[in-house]
Amino acid sequence: MATADVLPEVAGVHWRARVDAAQLRLRGRLWTLTTIAHVVPFGGAATLLMVLQPLALPVALVCLAHAWIIPELYAQRGANVLRPRRRPADGPRGAEPEQRSVGLLGDLVGHEARELHARTGLVLEPGGLGTWLVGESGAVLLHGRRRVFCYCVKVDPRRRQAAELPSGDRIAHLLLALRSDEQGFATVANLAFAGAPWRLRRRLRKEMRPALKAARATLGSRTAHERRSPH
Amino acid sequence: MCRLIRMDHTGHSTLAEWTPDDPAAVEAAVAAFRAELDRGYLAMVSTGPGHAEHVRELPVEAELVIMRLPISGG
Repeated sequence: MATADVLPEVAGVHWRARVDAAQLRLRGRLWTLTTIAHVVPFGGAATLLMVLQPLALPVALVCLAHAWIIPELYAQRGANVLRPRRRPADGPRGAEPEQRSVGLLGDLVGHEARELHARTGLVLEPGGLGTWLVGESGAVLLHGRRRVFCYCVKVDPRRRQAAELPSGDRIAHLLLALRSDEQGFATVANLAFAGAPWRLRRRLRKEMRPALKAARATLGSRTAHERRSPH
Repeated sequence: MCRLIRMDHTGHSTLAEWTPDDPAAVEAAVAAFRAELDRGYLAMVSTGPGHAEHVRELPVEAELVIMRLPISGG
């Protein structure tokens, strides 16, 4: 890839391997292994306790709770990347910049994405690695139908101006970076969670769930299209 | 009419407007563009649906040039 096409921010994380489809598959498998490593020992311990001493039921239940809670906490961490920022300046003073920023964002995306953003606060963006859902301070990548990658990425908070940006501009920042270098974008972002879409869906805010559904539908139609015209 | 805008606390601010055949307006736009680069902004141009490009010089023919702040992993 020519240097001009590489996201400038990638230079700040030069030690990271550039994220591509193979990298994603590897990371996805590592996350699955990690989940198994959390669940199996606790589940196994609970079973063993019950076999050895049924009176140890309370301890076995604690083990099972751990086996359930730890993966849930990871999934919650993934859902948190799409959580909108708290706006202390909400109100009349903040309304006009919000509208202007959403107007600019609307100019960057198509009608359907605009409508979905109005309903869910998320922008759906098809990419080469999969379908993205972009929020104010993070993005979720649906890579195939069986795995989502939740990335924490935002306008650099070390910049003084970053704190004052309205929500539409925050999303537009991420969207433009994503569009200019998708792999670079995924490289700069911090991976917060990878796992099955249903695990993320349960932890997402209710109003955001239609965006995940729309992203999966897009992925389905793309896959069908690719099957019909492989070249 | 081409526009140079910066995403900021107002939603966005228009920094310059020009037509490619107006040298004075282009010069003013280039100056505004460089000033934003010096402030640490990055310049983006849409290059079709779903595509954008990072530019280091003002593309005089581009209809809309957007200045954004760098991003980072959270």
